[in-house]
Amino acid sequence: MPQLLRLATAGSVDDGKSTLIGRLLYDSKTLFTDQLDAIERTSQARGDAQPNLALLTDGLRAEREQGITIDVAHRYFATPRRKFVIADTPGHVQYTRNMVTGASNADLALILVDARKGVLEQSRRHAFLASLLGIPHLVVCVNKMDLVDYSRERFDEIREDFRRFAMKLDVSDLTFVPVSALHGDNIVHRSTSMPWYEGTSLLHHLEEVHIASDRNLVDVRLPVQYVIRHGDFRGYAGTLAGGVLKPGDDVTVLPSGFSSTVRAIWAPGGGPVAEAFPPQAVTVQLADEIDITRGDVLCRPGNRPEVGSDIDAMVCWMSEHADLKPGGRYVLLHNTRTVKAQVAELDYRLDVNTLHRDETVRALSLNEIGRVRLRTQAPLLFDPYRRNRTTGSFVLVDEVTDHTVAAGMITAPHRSAANVVWHSGSVSRQERATSGLTVWLTGLSASGKSTIAAELERRLVAAGRPAYLLDGDNLRHGLGADLGFSAADRAENVRRTAEVAALFADAGVIAVVSLVSPYRGDRERARTTHEAAGLPFVEVFVDTPLELCETRDPKGLYARARSGEITGFTGVDDPYEPPESPEVVLRPSDGDPAEMAAAILAFLDR
Amino acid sequence: MTTAYELSHLRTLEAEAVHVFREVAATFERPVLLFSGGKDSVVMLHVAARAFWPAPLPFPVLHVDTGHNFDEVIEFRDRVVDRLGVRLLVASVQDDIDAGRSVEETGPGASRNRLQTATLLRAISEHSFDALFGGARRDEEKARAKERVFSFRDRFGQWDPRNQRPELWNIYNGRCRKNEHIRVFPLSNWTELDVWEYILAEGIELPPLYYAHRRPVVQRDGMLLAQTRHLTLLDGEEPYEARVRFRTVGDATCTGCVESAATTPADVVAEVAATRVTERGATRADDRISEAGMEDRKREGYF
Repeated sequence: MPQLLRLATAGSVDDGKSTLIGRLLYDSKTLFTDQLDAIERTSQARGDAQPNLALLTDGLRAEREQGITIDVAHRYFATPRRKFVIADTPGHVQYTRNMVTGASNADLALILVDARKGVLEQSRRHAFLASLLGIPHLVVCVNKMDLVDYSRERFDEIREDFRRFAMKLDVSDLTFVPVSALHGDNIVHRSTSMPWYEGTSLLHHLEEVHIASDRNLVDVRLPVQYVIRHGDFRGYAGTLAGGVLKPGDDVTVLPSGFSSTVRAIWAPGGGPVAEAFPPQAVTVQLADEIDITRGDVLCRPGNRPEVGSDIDAMVCWMSEHADLKPGGRYVLLHNTRTVKAQVAELDYRLDVNTLHRDETVRALSLNEIGRVRLRTQAPLLFDPYRRNRTTGSFVLVDEVTDHTVAAGMITAPHRSAANVVWHSGSVSRQERATSGLTVWLTGLSASGKSTIAAELERRLVAAGRPAYLLDGDNLRHGLGADLGFSAADRAENVRRTAEVAALFADAGVIAVVSLVSPYRGDRERARTTHEAAGLPFVEVFVDTPLELCETRDPKGLYARARSGEITGFTGVDDPYEPPESPEVVLRPSDGDPAEMAAAILAFLDR
Repeated sequence: MTTAYELSHLRTLEAEAVHVFREVAATFERPVLLFSGGKDSVVMLHVAARAFWPAPLPFPVLHVDTGHNFDEVIEFRDRVVDRLGVRLLVASVQDDIDAGRSVEETGPGASRNRLQTATLLRAISEHSFDALFGGARRDEEKARAKERVFSFRDRFGQWDPRNQRPELWNIYNGRCRKNEHIRVFPLSNWTELDVWEYILAEGIELPPLYYAHRRPVVQRDGMLLAQTRHLTLLDGEEPYEARVRFRTVGDATCTGCVESAATTPADVVAEVAATRVTERGATRADDRISEAGMEDRKREGYF
């Protein structure tokens, strides 16, 4: 049963990388006679002395004319033990983008060093990028050994030089092979010209290197890609991103937090699967009817991904048309989720040659790498890239051109209070008399939120359930006394209210929040705060039309806003962003405030 | 299943393709699968059907019909479509010629291969397709080695090799506007041998042309062409009978065959594993136009 190994090759323009690949294809007999004919014809036309194996991998016409490779090209060859996919990427300075692209899926990176020139800036850059992209295995081919008389001293010197640099990187498996791609030394067969070399040939190494343990088989992650419905059948289809999942396993669905049990797992076409593992594409049936959609993640109850809207990430900027700048807004693609994201901060730019961090930088240009803090409109379910290359990676897309402009690797959730250590209490949530949650009523001013919220609180308390009303207007007298009504101040007001509500909920109380909270992003963060703490969050949209609110106008605020006496008033000259998927929607047709409160109670008791 | 949690290369490739099918079905409005009855499109359809089991395929299939078909292939096409219960759409080159939208090439080397492009683009516009699955593989040809799995086409259906979107991990950027579309190649990383090994492993039926049979052929430009009603013989060409099979099945006027005794998928796997000529090199006259032939045609919106 041959396995697939994906390798990324990198090297400077004259390192002989294309020749090396040509040699691998030629000596492993993957090269076809018509391809060879074409190469011989072209080589003769160019006046080359012998067939130029490098011509094999130079694809597009413009590149053939320039005589260099400029994009990622894929090559295939096979031996009885393994099938190989080569992502061949250019080595020269301006094409970091392509190397990052080619390396993203690679199991192994092949780096070429010219024995005459030694370890150059470019070799160091390639090693760094391989480490940044989390490629587990690095093979350094010291090429053109024929031109240094197959000198052992020269090989040792280069090896030591490279190792010194690699110590600063996250590289776990580093191998050196002295080769001559032109003559085939140590490519497929051991070279007779270098009897001092005790290692194996390059191809032998590629066939034997152990890659099965490179995957994360510990943390179960199944991002739901597509829901398959057929008659009574409902299955959640996706590609395992981590862990081993079996029928009978308990699973939790995020972000909803509902739990169920795996009833069955199906392979494509319907074969039963006893154990699913990456990179299998499977369809999972659960024991319970739960509302699950694309973008949700199945995991084990005791092993969940991080949930958050503030993330720290390394990004490689890939656009020549615009720079990355703080404040920039993009579409972020992560697993099966698409969310809007904004660059909150650019922490530093990393010099890929010296690893120096430049913290004074204001922007990232094409082929530059840096660390950023991103704020997403809806929370992401992720793991750090070091732990999982699938759930820790994302791309940024320009909203206007639809172009892919950045590759990102999540380093960690952003924690603004990084120096403050969380103090865990000695009473666990299960030990408390009651379990809490937050009911969050959002809607225009005068929509009826506060009346409904007060009625809900009254009914809960009457039924013997601890409840507490957090009313937006009242909170502004104390907790938010220092805040105005700018977008930033409103965001902060929502954040504080959410934190307080979460504390009540954690204490076992039902927190009933009544707050205009006009911006979707702010409310999503309130939800994230709760979900991150494992607390239920019920968003109630009090959907009273603006006209009706304006007619009611109990505090005369709409009239004052219309006359221009107050500005930035929601619904008049500041937008209200209605929730996209609230748990409960209440409209005037649903009855009076008491009936609406009863509807919320019914939802809670469901 | 081994305890090492290892997946064979065929199942790894299948999983990658299944992921792509599901991604497109979940994020595009009107996908369609290009189906010619050739082996790559047959394998593609087979994988697609498996990706959505037990539900039926959530998109139709489209055949761009040159009118220069091998009869066996059309019979086979209709049978497969019936069995899987998928909706077949046919876009006919003949319709475009009759309506004066396309002009037929003349002369002995005439082919309708190039005319397929106009017919395909018309079908895309008529049906407002926003994603088209194609069976192209990167190992077929040099220009294809650089093609993305999700390949953006502008409002004229054109490919710009200089301006491709970087494609990382298993994240595919399929965003496009009205009148633009994405060509999707789920079998990008498969080789000819992988395709045959999969056909063998899955017991997939193919048109009989793919297995050795006797038929009249002529030698032209170092290739063997089948003598059919669509082929105009040149001066001095003498048809003779040979035992052959086809490695690709396209327009009957320009698809060559190879001498072969392989009558089963297992025979073909053994033959392909030992072969020393690429399938396009051996059998596709259309790729021989020039070394950069494929690149030019892809820019124009060819498959």
